[in-house]
This record gives sequence, structure tokens and C-alpha cells, in this order.
Amino acid sequence: MTTAPAERFALRLHKVSKAFGGVQALNKIDFEVRAGEVHCLAGENGCGKSTLIKVVTGVHQPESADLIELFGARVDRITPVQARQRGVSVIWQDLALFPHMSVAENIAFDDLVGLRPRSVRYREMSARAGEVLERLGVSLPLTAPLNDLSIAQRQVVAIARALMNDAKLIFMDEPTASLTQSETDRLLDIVRKLSADGVAVVFVSHRLAEVLEIAERVTVVRDGNLVGVYPTEGMTQARLGELMTGHLIENKVDARDLPDAPVVFEARGLSRHGEFEDVSLTIRAGEVLGLTGLIGAGRTELAHVMMGMRRADAGSMTLEGSAFRPGSIREAIAKGMAYVSEDRLSLGLLQKQSIADNTVISVLRQLTTASGLISDRRKADLVRHWIRELGVKIGAPEDAISTLSGGNQQKVVLAKWLATEPRLLILDSPTVGVDVGARAGIFRIVRALAEQGLAILLISDEVTEVMHHSDRILHMADGRIVQAYDPRTVSVPQLEERIYA
Amino acid sequence: MRDALRSHTIEVRLAVVLAVLCIALSLSAPQFATLPNLTSLLNNSAVNLIWAVGLLVVLIAGGIDISFAVASSVVQYVAAQLLMSVGGGNWLLGFLFCGSLGILLGLLNAWLIHGFRIISIVVTIATFNAFFGLLMFFSGGRNIYNLPDWWTARIFIFEHENAQGIWSELTLSVAVMIGCVIATWALIRRSNIGRQLYAFGDNPEGARRAGVNIAVMQGVAFGWMGLMAGIAGLCQVNIVKEVVPNALYGRELDVLAAVVLGGARLGGGKGTILGCILGVMFVAVTQNGLNLLGVSPFAFQMIIGAVILVAISTANIDLSQFFRNKEARS
Ligand SMILES: Nc1ncnc2c1ncn2[C@@H]1O[C@H](COP(=O)(O)OP(=O)(O)O)[C@@H](O)[C@H]1O
Ligand SMILES: [Mg+2]
Repeated sequence: MTTAPAERFALRLHKVSKAFGGVQALNKIDFEVRAGEVHCLAGENGCGKSTLIKVVTGVHQPESADLIELFGARVDRITPVQARQRGVSVIWQDLALFPHMSVAENIAFDDLVGLRPRSVRYREMSARAGEVLERLGVSLPLTAPLNDLSIAQRQVVAIARALMNDAKLIFMDEPTASLTQSETDRLLDIVRKLSADGVAVVFVSHRLAEVLEIAERVTVVRDGNLVGVYPTEGMTQARLGELMTGHLIENKVDARDLPDAPVVFEARGLSRHGEFEDVSLTIRAGEVLGLTGLIGAGRTELAHVMMGMRRADAGSMTLEGSAFRPGSIREAIAKGMAYVSEDRLSLGLLQKQSIADNTVISVLRQLTTASGLISDRRKADLVRHWIRELGVKIGAPEDAISTLSGGNQQKVVLAKWLATEPRLLILDSPTVGVDVGARAGIFRIVRALAEQGLAILLISDEVTEVMHHSDRILHMADGRIVQAYDPRTVSVPQLEERIYA
Repeated sequence: MRDALRSHTIEVRLAVVLAVLCIALSLSAPQFATLPNLTSLLNNSAVNLIWAVGLLVVLIAGGIDISFAVASSVVQYVAAQLLMSVGGGNWLLGFLFCGSLGILLGLLNAWLIHGFRIISIVVTIATFNAFFGLLMFFSGGRNIYNLPDWWTARIFIFEHENAQGIWSELTLSVAVMIGCVIATWALIRRSNIGRQLYAFGDNPEGARRAGVNIAVMQGVAFGWMGLMAGIAGLCQVNIVKEVVPNALYGRELDVLAAVVLGGARLGGGKGTILGCILGVMFVAVTQNGLNLLGVSPFAFQMIIGAVILVAISTANIDLSQFFRNKEARS
């Protein structure tokens, strides 16, 4: 332990433990944040990062702790309100906002908490909320219900809320998970500004590049245990990934040429008014085609047209040589298309249903016996096959999907689609909310599927992802394909510059 | 204007429908738009609206209550016994007795829900049965006519005699109702406690992390419902001048329907006093109108059922989209 005077620390934890039932979420963790420092808390999904924040802010009580100290003062039992009064704010991973309340009220909500009755001054509330948003350089409709905002805007609301209380220590739990690159950059600017003003920021993120860019020091946690505290100076992404997962993660360009492989899918001059224009592309059997660009470039809309969820205004598509004009997603699936959506949590999975049921949901007809009932045996076989094939870590197939980590949920979504035996698989931002270790697992699967001859369209706005895992890259901007790249002849910084320019 | 429409879609829609209904009724039933009819409509709605604002608070906080109407009966019965035993009492004592008894019954619900983590619909169905069973057991199902004079006295806050010698009057219950509506509005709209109720109903885990005291919120919501149930019980005796143990049995569903019709969200976080008033008035006007038109009272139940189905299934249609320009593109 360090011998520096205690006031220089915003937060010190010593041997803090917390268990949920049988799961040891935190095991005798030490954690220190210096005043005014940007400190990153890194670790894979489920390693205990959010739990650590909840213990510090009194949402959970630790089951044992040698020391919890905020701004030099020992804390024995703290409540969320007391934590806030001492200057601790949190931007929660799930935002913890109120969907039916107005934006202003969401931002200023903490002022209303407490049992001392007092009257609500809406005008003052709006003014204060407006001020904070101004400080952030964004404008949002203050009276609109939060529901009306996009995910990224809600993220801004959560940030504004954390800045309301003149915090001296702000936890940001994966604040960039649903932001685009430019929004992320703006957030990182805010973090720097806060830090310059003497506010300590604990930044939780999966995105290693961000971590190394913003933080001075990084604390790595694995399975509830402290791995170590490291300066970010001289740290590499590879090394950090290794510390987080406990094994080496390789990231290298792995593109192949497939001139002889048959064309599986082709689009010619595909347009949809206001969404994308004159899109032409081909995907060959066994090929991974990367499609990148800013959010809003029309990539997801294109995928929706390919899946029959919307219709193109102009242009044509062919699938395995014959004209393809799906009128519904059901038709597209029947003809061999599969789509892992961007928003898997709400669209791709039935959160409360079991892992087994989620896996087989798109192939129920195959499992139906002559009597019209679902064969339990066939279902169990199929589920077992895919769980083994994809290496999904689960308790039991009957457990609810919501018990799985992001990476494993994503694998179940994959299993669900692969069970339909597709010819073309569209992966739309498949690693949003998935950590490094699990990402590597997912891309191993993607690569294996490609080698078996599946054609894959990989949509992602993470440049490194398309660079390392696709055979060809298309850059889409403002609804048009602007350029094709070979990952072997372009570098990540070059590509990033083109995209964000 | 667009903002107001957006955030009050249901209220606006209901107000329009109610206005159309009133105009149609005044044209088809000449008695409808007369002062005597409208005042009696208000008198008859007073108890329902007092319950409704109580229930609104529970719905906003993410709960539901089935037991409140029977709780009112329990309060009436116990208060009648207690008041007679202290020599009759007066209005002040009546309010105190009924109010605190109601709060106690509400807190019982809150305690069962929070203490044992049972969902509110299960708890209040259980207490609904328990309250009713106990009440019938102890009262033997007999009515009480022997009530203090002040309680059954007719008190008018408004009287008017028209040319034909027909009286229009508003009873004390209407004044009490207005008081309850204003108090509930102040609670949920103007006080920080009320805003925490909304937050708790909207996102319980988010509220908990912000430091909202969940136990107290359940207590406030169901306690307020209980207070309203107690006051409604007191008023209802003043209207009918007797205590009939099973008189209120079954009224809870009509009130629930009216409040949901008024835009309160089952599941919490949403609902306004205005919507609540409109919902209750809509049900009352429909019933009154059908009555005046000589339609069977059974048809009334059916029509209210159909209206609720239509209201709930169209609640997601966003009226304001007609006012939105094209810029919205994801
Ligand atoms: N309220 C809870 N009840 C039971 N288990 C929980 C709860 N919160 C977290 N856990 C478990 O504790 C572990 C750590 O979770 P969390 O702190 O959310 O991880 P992270 O934020 O690092 O992804 C996980 O295994 C998770 O399943
Ligand atoms: Mg987390």
C-alpha cells in the first residue's frame, strides 16, 4: 500500500468482498483512485466492475471490507444519498433513468430524493438541467419524455445527471457502449475537462483503445480478483487484453482471396429513399465482407432490406444465382438468409425464456413431429449440438437467457440463426457490449463458419474489427458505398481517417 | 402545443371523446344537459373519484389495489362501532377515525408487499377476501341504521330551485372529493415525494440506486390509497345514510377501469389527475346517458368493457405523429 497522505485519494478500498449467493463477485479487492485522476477499471463482463461501484455508493453493502475511504474519511455504512452528498456520482451501465419522466426531471432527479417533503420547482429544474447540457455542448428537448430519445441521447442525459451534483468522483460504467465514435470522442473530451477541474473519474470500458487513450492508470480485475494496477504509459492493447482474460489475444489481418468461390449474394443499384442509394456488392461463399462507416450511414437499413424487413425502391438482388426479392423476413430466412441484429437484447432474444428455447425458436417447424407437437428429444439434441459447437458457457439449457454474459448471449443468438442453416449470415455490430475475451471467441466462430463456406456480411463501426476479421472491406457513408479496401493494403489509422474525416 | 399533445395524448383524446359524448347526449336525451341531472351526476361520482385518485397514486408507484372498496366498508363498519362507543362524535372525529383506519389498512397492504416481496395484485386480492370475510363474519351481514345524526345529516354546498320547483344540489361529498383531488394533485405533481413515487413506478432499480426509500414509497402509495378509501367510506355513509356491509363489494373494478381509461399505466410511472378525472367522468356520463336513453344496465357493463379494450389497444397510437415533420430518421 502506498504511504501518500490520505487526502490525496478520492477513494481507497482495502480487501472488499461481496458475494451473491454462490457467486463471489468481489474477492478481497483493493482499489485506489487519486484525486483528479482518470482511472480505468478494466475487466471482462461479469468480473465485478459494476458490483464494485455499487458497493462504493451504498447500493450494495459489502460482506466484508477492511477499509472504504472517500476523500480521506473512513466510511462504514453508506447510503446512495450519503455517497452523493460526499461528491460521488455514477453513470450506470444500464443508465438507471426513468423512461416516462421528462428529460429535465431525469437530469435533476437526485435533487428530489429524500423524505423531507418539499415542493417541486419545475422551472428551476429545467433551468439547471439546461445549464448542465449547455456545459456539455448538447441540446436536448427538456420537456420530452426520456422515451422519445435515442439511446445515445439517453446516455447524454445520464452524463448530465452525474454532473449535476458538483461531483468530485464520477464513476462511468461503460458509458461508451452505445455511442458512435464522434460521440465517444466528445465524452472523452468531457472526461479530460473534468479531470482538469480536479474531478476524479473512474472509467469502466471494454474498449481497450479508449482505456489507453483516456486513463492515467488502469486497474485490472478478473473474476472478482485484483490482477494489478498499471500505468497506461507503455501499456499496449494486446497486453491489457491478456491481463483481462488471462490469455493472449491475437489480432492480425487475416484476409484471404477467394476469386474462385461462387457468388452467394449480389446486390445491384439497390436504393431506398432517404436511407441508401445505388448500393452494389457481392459476397462469395466463404467470404467475410466487412461493411463499415459511421452510424447512420445506412448500413442497418441495407441489412433490413436484404432481410425483407423493408423493400428497396430500386435495384435488384440475387441469392445463389436467382432473383431475390423477399417480401417478409420469414421468406428471407426460408431462402437462406440469417441476421444477427444490432440490438440483440431487445430484438434477438427473448430475455426471460430459457437458453434452449431461444436457440430453437427459429426452427420450431423442424422440431415438430407428425403429431404437431415439439419433440423434446430433437430439441435437446439440437441445443446440445450448438452449445458444444459454439462453446457457450452456460449453467443449464433451462436457465433464462438473462443469466448469461453479453458474449455468451451473442453466441446463443448465433446458434439460433445457424440452426436455420443459412447461406448468408449478416452480423450487425456483433460485439456491442461484448468484452475482449468473448469477442475473440465470437470471431473464431465467424472464421470457422466462413471456412465451411458460409458467406458473411460483417457490419461494424469498429475499424479494428473489420480490419482483423474480414476478407474485404466496404466503406459506406451517407447511404453510398464510397470505397472498397483490402485489409492487407490499408492500415487501421488510414481507414479511421477516411471514415471519421 | 405539440409538446402538450405529445405528453398528454390520452388525456386529450379522452377529453375529445367525452365532449362528443356529452354533445350527443344533450341532443338525444333532453334531460341530460339539465342542472339537476348534472349535479346528481357529480354527487354520484364523488365516492368513485375519491377512490380513483387514491388508486392513481398506487398505479403510479407501480402497484395495483383490489382491496380498497372493501376496505372502505370495513372502515365504515368499525368507525360506526367506535363512534357510537364514544358517544357519537362529530365530523372531525369521523374524518380522523376513518382516515387513520384507512391508512392502517393501506399500510397493512404495503407491509405485506414490501416485507414479503409479494406482488401487489396477489396481496390485495388476499386482503380483499380477508377484509370482506371478516366484515361479513363480524357484522353478520346486517346493516347498521343506528348512526350518529351528524353523519347522516344532509349538507349541501350548493342549492338551486328552478322554475318547475325541482331542486339541484351538490352534497358535502363533492366538496370532500374536490379536496381529495387537490391534495392528490399536490402530492404527485408538486411534491418531491410524489415525483419519487413516479420514479419508483417507472424504474424501481433506478430509483433504489438514486437512494429513493422503497419501503416508504410503498407505504406512501398504499397509505394514501387507504386514506382515500377511509374518506370515501365516510362520504358514502353520508350519501346513503346507512352502513351496508356488502354495498361496495365489486365497485373496485369499475374504478380501476376508469383510472386505466384515464391513462394511468398498469406497471407504473405514468398517470395524471386530469386523466383520472376524465376517466371517472367518462364512465359516469356513459352510465348516466344509457340510463336516460332507457338502455338496460347490463349493456352498460358491456359497453364499458368494450371502451376499455379500444382505449388500451389504441393507447400506443401516437396522435402527435400527425404533427411531426419528416426530419425524424434514425
Ligand atoms: N444483483 C445480483 N444478484 C446476483 N448476482 C449478481 C448480481 N449483480 C451481479 N451479480 C453477479 O456478480 C458478478 C459480477 O457482476 P458485475 O459486477 O455486474 O460484472 P461487470 O460489471 O464487471 O460486468 C457476475 O457474475 C454477476 O452475474
Ligand atoms: Mg457491468
